[in-house]
Amino acid sequence: MELGKLLPFLGGRLVKAVAVVLAIVVCNFFLVHAAPGDPASVMAGQSGPADPLFLEQLRRQFGLDQPLHVQLWLYLKSVVMLDLGFSHRQQAPVAILIWERLPATLLLTGAAFSFAVVAGVTLGALAAQRVGRWADSVITILALTFYATPLFWVGLMLVLVFSVWLEWLPSFGMSSVGADLTGMAAVFDVAQHLLLPALTLGLFYMAVYARLTRATMLEVQGQDFVKTARAKGVPEGRITRAHVLRNALLPVITFAGIQAGQLIGGSILVETVFAWPGIGRLAFEALLARDYAVLLGVFFCTSVIVVLFNLMTDLLYALIDPRVEVGG
Amino acid sequence: MDLRRRDVLAAAPVLMTLAEARAQGVTPRRGGTLTTMLTPEPGLLQIGVNNQGPTIVSGSKMFQGLLTFSPSLQPIPVLAKSWTISPDGREYTFRLQENAKFHDGRPMTADDVIFSITKFYPEVAPRARAIFALIDSAEAPDAHTVVFKLKQAFEPFLLMFDVSASGIVPKHLFDGLDYRTAPVVQRPIGTGPFRLVEWQRGNFIRLERFEEYWKPGQPYLDGIIYRIVPDSQSRRLAIETGQAQLTQANDIEPFDVPALRARPNLEVNTAGWEYFSPVSWVEINHRVAPLGDPRVRQAMSMAIDRNFIAQRLWFGVGRPATNPIASTTKFHDRNVRIAGYDVRAANALLDAAGHRANAQGVRFTLKHLVLPYGEVWSRLAEYLRQSLRQVGIVLELESTDAGSWARRIGNWEYETSVNFVYQFGDPTLGVERTYVTSNIQRVTFTNTGGYSNPRVDALFATARTVADAAARQAAFTDVQKILCEEVPQLWLMEMAFPTIHDRRLRNVVTTGLGVHTSFDDVFLAS
Repeated sequence: MELGKLLPFLGGRLVKAVAVVLAIVVCNFFLVHAAPGDPASVMAGQSGPADPLFLEQLRRQFGLDQPLHVQLWLYLKSVVMLDLGFSHRQQAPVAILIWERLPATLLLTGAAFSFAVVAGVTLGALAAQRVGRWADSVITILALTFYATPLFWVGLMLVLVFSVWLEWLPSFGMSSVGADLTGMAAVFDVAQHLLLPALTLGLFYMAVYARLTRATMLEVQGQDFVKTARAKGVPEGRITRAHVLRNALLPVITFAGIQAGQLIGGSILVETVFAWPGIGRLAFEALLARDYAVLLGVFFCTSVIVVLFNLMTDLLYALIDPRVEVGG
Repeated sequence: MDLRRRDVLAAAPVLMTLAEARAQGVTPRRGGTLTTMLTPEPGLLQIGVNNQGPTIVSGSKMFQGLLTFSPSLQPIPVLAKSWTISPDGREYTFRLQENAKFHDGRPMTADDVIFSITKFYPEVAPRARAIFALIDSAEAPDAHTVVFKLKQAFEPFLLMFDVSASGIVPKHLFDGLDYRTAPVVQRPIGTGPFRLVEWQRGNFIRLERFEEYWKPGQPYLDGIIYRIVPDSQSRRLAIETGQAQLTQANDIEPFDVPALRARPNLEVNTAGWEYFSPVSWVEINHRVAPLGDPRVRQAMSMAIDRNFIAQRLWFGVGRPATNPIASTTKFHDRNVRIAGYDVRAANALLDAAGHRANAQGVRFTLKHLVLPYGEVWSRLAEYLRQSLRQVGIVLELESTDAGSWARRIGNWEYETSVNFVYQFGDPTLGVERTYVTSNIQRVTFTNTGGYSNPRVDALFATARTVADAAARQAAFTDVQKILCEEVPQLWLMEMAFPTIHDRRLRNVVTTGLGVHTSFDDVFLAS
């Protein structure tokens, strides 16, 4: 892959990406405003006795007294300047609210994603190598079970076993509050809290990768170039790694690219069950409170991440399979 | 006479708790951090600017009012050491604690009280706006005395000095700024026994003992941590496994309460809601035919078995409502009651009103907006559908979320729903607003149903302006009689919420505000 081809390709894709993100912003804006209710009425509904003056004050403060197209124009202008707006409900800039929550989500989804890919591909490869034997059956049954079980149920069961019965792991939160841990102790503390939610989130995808890897490896194993390699006398381990697995990985990467984008938004459920202070919950609570600026901000960030991951997937194809060329 | 006797009886448990503690030789232990939860997480922690329940739960540890109230709603001194009321009921003089300090070290004085009551709350809090507008003049003869002169006598005035209505805020950090956006709103500063140390949004709020708190030797706890746990089953698990020592308000769903009651290390207490005394009801839009007809509403009310709701849906947390004023609120008349559960009489009443059943036994169909506040409210909606079907009324349930619900109720875009409203200790403060013509407004928690009766308006007006408690009782008794005949809303329950805590945690519920007090006397026994 030469730089001369890569740069124009990247430039073109980035321009397209900006257009896509802007279109998403406009769509989101109308979608969010189409939901009945506005932040002022939600706040009035939460604060006990209210009067019309209170509602009017809030609407003026939130800028909701402006016509919708003016609000959209103001929002677009600020997004282009990379200003995501201000949450009046929380009296804080949206960028800061998201920035505070992003590390927790990235930690959780990153851990779940790595676990899912590594464990899934390994199990899938093992199953493919021992196809038809007991190891294959065990892995296939496990994969099928996790594939078919709802996320929240897995989460609750893990909590029941590891927090309630065995009392090994905490059932919620991201760290022990008030313990004032530092250094390795703090890392270990977060790791303890991370284990259950990451497993819950990762198990489903692990199952998907295992099934995908097994299926594609079996398909590749029967192809002519593998037979040729074997006839040449290439050792079996090398055939599996260099010839079979490498080719079988392409569909896995396609799927991983899609999943990486989904993980940011798809973790709302796990974040809720485990009280994980991430971005999914921020979005969900913003939706309930009709906190438009925060909701749009989260949508904006996740759409940027999805677009970036798609771009990365395309580049990875070229790395793994020399037949795929960028810019082609 | 009757009222007073009940007051003494109701106050007795508080005294007994303290006496018991002494008798058992349990002296308060200093130290230990209380881990509890807060649901849902408020957008802001500044009391007044945000008036959600959770803000008051955590805010009452950081802020204090001049008074708080016993379970029988008698005033208890907090920032006011003592107070006197002039015989004509128009002049209130408060003597303030002399050594109370804000968390930034500045002393709390009469200036802060006058600023809070006459400037801050009237600007930010709609509830205070209407009542503090009655203040004609506010003066500070010295740094620790405040005199409020009212334009007219207002008997429930004292009830407005609890922290949940008017916690004292520091004048020097608000004056001259927009109160809603002042920097201090992000890091609240009050006079309470605990000060805010850290708030990681979505994760926890951490309070620490305020070393210069005005009560010597208090608070006993080193700190309080509010964990934000959005899932109710996770919260139940947290209290079951000891990861939290206290749950309050909506933390635990009523159907989880029996299981927690059975655990020997936990105590379940439903007291401590006397000041708020929320009453729930089936919210009726009088503009929708045939709901404007009192016979139809009466029949619907008689088709509902309130004992079933209290026992089978709320598992004994709360009581069936007997009339529009909660029995824990002043001026409730126990002799005035709504008609009891009677399906046969309800059917007869609907027949008499001319609503004949068709071949399927259906008289008419109504839409019902399910209150989106959790599982128990969905179960209630299903129960209502079933019980109204017995009298030939089909209830079509519509699901929604909190934002849409508030919007639709506020805009009168509903036929029936369920609602509950705080009564704030006095019908003038918390009941009147739902029934008087002048409060028919396009805002939630006003008279959204659109009920209007000049006699009711006149009686509420009398009770509002008369200084004499006996005269107010007479007016309120008449109001209760009329409302029980016309059932403008179908009252269901006098609600309470379970306060569940580890038995080692002491003095949790000692007043009529329960968990909405400062916790300066709460301690963790070893």
